[in-house]
Amino acid sequence: MASKIQDALSSAAALAKGMGVTLKEMMSPTITEDYPDVPPKFQERYRGVHVLQRDENGLEKCVACFLCSANCPSDCIYIEAAENTDSLRISGGERYARIYNIDYSRCIFCGYCVEACPTDAITHGHGFEIASYDTSTLIWRKEQLLAPASPRETQTAINPPPGVRSPV
Amino acid sequence: MSEPDLSSSSLTPAEEPTEGSTSRRRMVLNMGPQHPSTHGVLRIILELEGETILNATPDIGYLHTGIEKECEVKTYQQVVPLTDRVDYLANLSNNLGYSLAVEKLLQLEIPPKAQWMRVLLVELTRINSHLVWLGTHAMDIGAMTVFLYCFREREDLLRIFEMFSGQRMMTSYIRVGGLALEPPRGWEQAVGKFIDAFPSKLAEYEDLLTKNPIWMNRTKGVGFLALEDLLDCGVTGPMIRAAGMKWDIRKDEPYSSYDKFDFEIPTREASDVYARYEVRLEEMRQSVRIIRQAMDGMPEGAWVTSAPNVVLPEREKMKTQIEALIYHFKIVTEGFTVPAGEAYVCIESPRGELGYYVVSNGTSKPHRVFMRTPSFANLQALPDMVKGRLIADTIAALGSIDFVLGDVDR
Repeated sequence: MASKIQDALSSAAALAKGMGVTLKEMMSPTITEDYPDVPPKFQERYRGVHVLQRDENGLEKCVACFLCSANCPSDCIYIEAAENTDSLRISGGERYARIYNIDYSRCIFCGYCVEACPTDAITHGHGFEIASYDTSTLIWRKEQLLAPASPRETQTAINPPPGVRSPV
Repeated sequence: MSEPDLSSSSLTPAEEPTEGSTSRRRMVLNMGPQHPSTHGVLRIILELEGETILNATPDIGYLHTGIEKECEVKTYQQVVPLTDRVDYLANLSNNLGYSLAVEKLLQLEIPPKAQWMRVLLVELTRINSHLVWLGTHAMDIGAMTVFLYCFREREDLLRIFEMFSGQRMMTSYIRVGGLALEPPRGWEQAVGKFIDAFPSKLAEYEDLLTKNPIWMNRTKGVGFLALEDLLDCGVTGPMIRAAGMKWDIRKDEPYSSYDKFDFEIPTREASDVYARYEVRLEEMRQSVRIIRQAMDGMPEGAWVTSAPNVVLPEREKMKTQIEALIYHFKIVTEGFTVPAGEAYVCIESPRGELGYYVVSNGTSKPHRVFMRTPSFANLQALPDMVKGRLIADTIAALGSIDFVLGDVDR
């Protein structure tokens, strides 16, 4: 009998201790984030949706060297290259990516393309809201991936000043 | 209430009911594949007599992804993101196991800083994995609160992984040759803050569970299996240590300079669910100890080995020196070749012995990558653990195995 009472008491004490933890936590501030009402915070290195960067003249940094697609473990990058001409200058190099598609239904956001890129053209942005009910919309084209250019920069991209011509 | 007639249903009774024993009929019950406490898509075929389990057969393969086969068409460095997805709760342990195996084939010398960093990261992974285990295991048994607290601490860890690699779970941070990127600015503060706060959080979990009468009734004496039986099944990790065997690859076959760290291997004798709980909790404390030592004694120097034909050159060099650029192009487009041969490296993952067996045929892609995953071996112990017990005990026993279905099926 005495041991039964002792058991009951120690059980009650253990439960009370547990409840104490819960009560203590009730007093502490909440740590949950209010997504989607408040945008989530990311670390600097977060690997989100890619951004194709432009150089200081507003030209595309991508020179269509295909290293990103060669390094991609999931084969999700499709590129078609074209030559820059004097009348149509798109990138700072000799060639530019006429088509640059990333298939986000395949991409695993491993960052291998960013590591491979020799011109820092492809980078990871912090975007992540790309979910879709239709997988065909997950193939993003160059226009969707490119960093925005100001109207003036777009102008210089088509008619670049002499200094930015590629050293052919 | 009358007994349902089993003979007309799709459930086949294991044996014809004999006369006068209508209440002792066997029935077959599927637990899973869509059952919350199977932690993934595992189907357990339970043969029951009333609520007593006569036999339990795990049916695996629902999460088979063909990762081992997939490794054969990727270059050596491209396999690393695949290893993340094998045991998706201990990604860095898998990265490390694979990298060590390839480095053994390449005979690469890894600089001390990279080695210590790896130790620090895989110990953080151990805590991370054990936190998921503790939370979900306790929730299966009915203690919802612990789950929320464990996932709160796990969030801090995932943020640290994101800080290092850019991804919360699929980090691919440990690569062949060292680390993927330089450790980020401010990592010491982030990790330090976590390990300073974590022991008190562990004490909170203990307050909630260790002496809790419901927890003790549900776990003590449940899922018992003798050490010999565990060894016969090839069980490793916390399960075998909870049966009294002091076997830990970090101590017995040290890798990545684990021999330079001072830590204990916790063991228990009871070999039941409660003992496994105690062992894993103590392991988290020891991990904190290792992380603190790694932080205090972090060597200076390179975080990646100097092997120009294996490791990508520094980005600055690549942009300014033609030779580095050529190496960069060569490694990215072709990968690096590995001398023909085979290597097996095993490490202590949070679940037990994780082995990577890599066979090279001298090209830039592995001929075969075999993964000796701890979850697969550990799961084999389940039928013997639950035979003769009640259905509710299956949940507790299942949780105490701490398997990951990606790790079982690969």
